[in-house]
Amino acid sequence: MSAVDLLIVGAGPAGMAAAVVARRHGLDVLVVDDQPAPGGQIWRSVETVAASPRGARLGDSYLAGASRAAAFRSGGAAYEPGAQLWQIEPGFRAFVTSGDKARTVSARAVILATGAQERPVPFPGWTLPGVLTVGAGQILLKTADQVPEKPVWIAGSGPLPLLYMTQLLAAGGKVAGFLDTTPPGRLGAALRHLPAALGKAGDLWKGVAWTLALKRAGVKTVKHVAEIEARGEGRLQSLRYRRQGGAWQETPAEVLLVHEGLVPSIHAPLALDCKVEWRHDQRCYAPVLDGWGESSQPGLFVAGDGAGIAGAIAAEHRGTLAGLAVAARLGKVSAAMAEAEAAPARKVLERELAFRPFLDALYEPRPQVFAPPDETVVCRCEEVTAGTLRARAAVGRPGTNQVKAFTRAGMGPCQGRQCGYTVMHILGSAQNRPPEALGFYRIRPPLKPVTLGELAALEQPDNAA
Amino acid sequence: MFRKLHDPGPSAVTVLIDGKAVSAEAGENLAALLLRQPEGWNRTSTVSQSPRAPYCMMGVCFECLAEVDGVGSVQTCLTTVRDGMRVSRQLGRRMLSA
Ligand SMILES: Cc1cc2nc3c(=O)[nH]c(=O)nc-3n(C[C@H](O)[C@@H](O)[C@H](O)COP(=O)(O)OP(=O)(O)OC[C@H]3O[C@@H](n4cnc5c(N)ncnc54)[C@H](O)[C@@H]3O)c2cc1C
Ligand code: FES
Repeated sequence: MSAVDLLIVGAGPAGMAAAVVARRHGLDVLVVDDQPAPGGQIWRSVETVAASPRGARLGDSYLAGASRAAAFRSGGAAYEPGAQLWQIEPGFRAFVTSGDKARTVSARAVILATGAQERPVPFPGWTLPGVLTVGAGQILLKTADQVPEKPVWIAGSGPLPLLYMTQLLAAGGKVAGFLDTTPPGRLGAALRHLPAALGKAGDLWKGVAWTLALKRAGVKTVKHVAEIEARGEGRLQSLRYRRQGGAWQETPAEVLLVHEGLVPSIHAPLALDCKVEWRHDQRCYAPVLDGWGESSQPGLFVAGDGAGIAGAIAAEHRGTLAGLAVAARLGKVSAAMAEAEAAPARKVLERELAFRPFLDALYEPRPQVFAPPDETVVCRCEEVTAGTLRARAAVGRPGTNQVKAFTRAGMGPCQGRQCGYTVMHILGSAQNRPPEALGFYRIRPPLKPVTLGELAALEQPDNAA
Repeated sequence: MFRKLHDPGPSAVTVLIDGKAVSAEAGENLAALLLRQPEGWNRTSTVSQSPRAPYCMMGVCFECLAEVDGVGSVQTCLTTVRDGMRVSRQLGRRMLSA
């Protein structure tokens, strides 16, 4: 077993920033990350791609990751790529698998910098090969220089589809059409938050510039799409969509990428019994944290988009704050010094957070995301449909965990990452209760299925605690 | 259903997919390679045996599972290709319980 002062899970903007500041204050730091290289989601593969012509096509905010990765590499934190965390016991003892071997790490403090995932978007046919998320398409572009073979359909709402389409076009890919699912009237609702968002006028402009670029490139856009359906025998072959109350349109399609915003990764905090709160503004749970990112479990911090969606710049500054707090807790820096060093990070973070209400209102998910038609598979792993869940919801007002036991929804290997929020909403609306009254599934470790081979490795004296 | 924009050139390695030798770029992601195959799927689901393919590419959907070098239910989107790697598509249930 190895022992460190601070274990950081995730080498994205938050994890890297936390590692740099913690090392600067002399902490012994280990960073584990399940990717082969540092950067997290925004800066995937940036170390190799930034220097190539592909880097420029991905844009400036992508290229900015190269200097962050370099600072992280030279900061002196031990870094283990390709290593997935699957359990943490109080105290702390963390279980990590790399290759097919598990081992334990003991740490005096832990920062979870595991980021966000895309919000599940269930609709009929979303399990067909050929339907992926926009984030998946973007990961394929960044890491493998890979684009859909034929012109691709994009459906969804939020900054990521706009960014991906501009990156795809710059790389030489083609867009068949963009089904913009942002409902009518969202801009009006968002404008209320405009004054607070003006501190980030650059980002407001970026959104406009992306939209204009897509228009110039002649990307066909259908606005206010409310419902989509994927169809095909064994793979996606066609796509149907319609506006609220409108007529269905059908078109052939081989690849459809969907996106309806991001939600924090909450499985690790939930498994550790950290307090979480329902964020109505972002339609998701987020851990309850103090001003440094410390959770309700002392010594356990959450930084980055895992703390609530706020973007990469906020992620970095949340990482800095958490790293400072651990340094202060372990006596490497006085509380007053930590406070002084934190001041600039807090200022930037405040500005970033002030921008969110505008984006959250503009891209609030359409109601259909939470109320798919009966035939839709909601739990992809156990193949439980919305109709089955609705039928169960009506009998005796069961809660989320009861319905999980009855139907097996949420019991598969993804542990509800693709169905939890949908199940909460379906039960809630059937029972006339707000989704948060039902709550998310109870999550127990391990955070991913663990094989006998991995467990056997723990028995080795070198690996076990 | 996907294509690579550049030719991996001399850095190419060979991966066996269901026994068939396929060329890949050294250091690239295994799920990305699977998505370039003519039949873009990699497994069938455990309940209805319907075909499934990588969906999230970031480890949160478990659709990309395959047998890799004899180990079942490996998340191929979190796996880097190696020369001589053996990948088999996974049909139905195989060590899938959480
Ligand atoms: C698919 C996707 C694409 C995105 N693309 C962009 C973009 O192009 N531009 C942009 O501005 N924002 C993007 N975002 C938003 C993103 O959340 C950024 O704001 C930023 O990357 C967040 O930084 P972070 O450090 O909080 O987390 P991340 O950057 O997500 O980093 C978290 C890291 O932790 C790793 N990890 C997670 N769980 C474990 C575990 N159990 N064990 C080990 N490692 C683990 C992840 O693989 C990842 O490398 C994207 C988000 C997603 C989900
Ligand atoms: S594609 Fe989702 S877990 Fe691999």
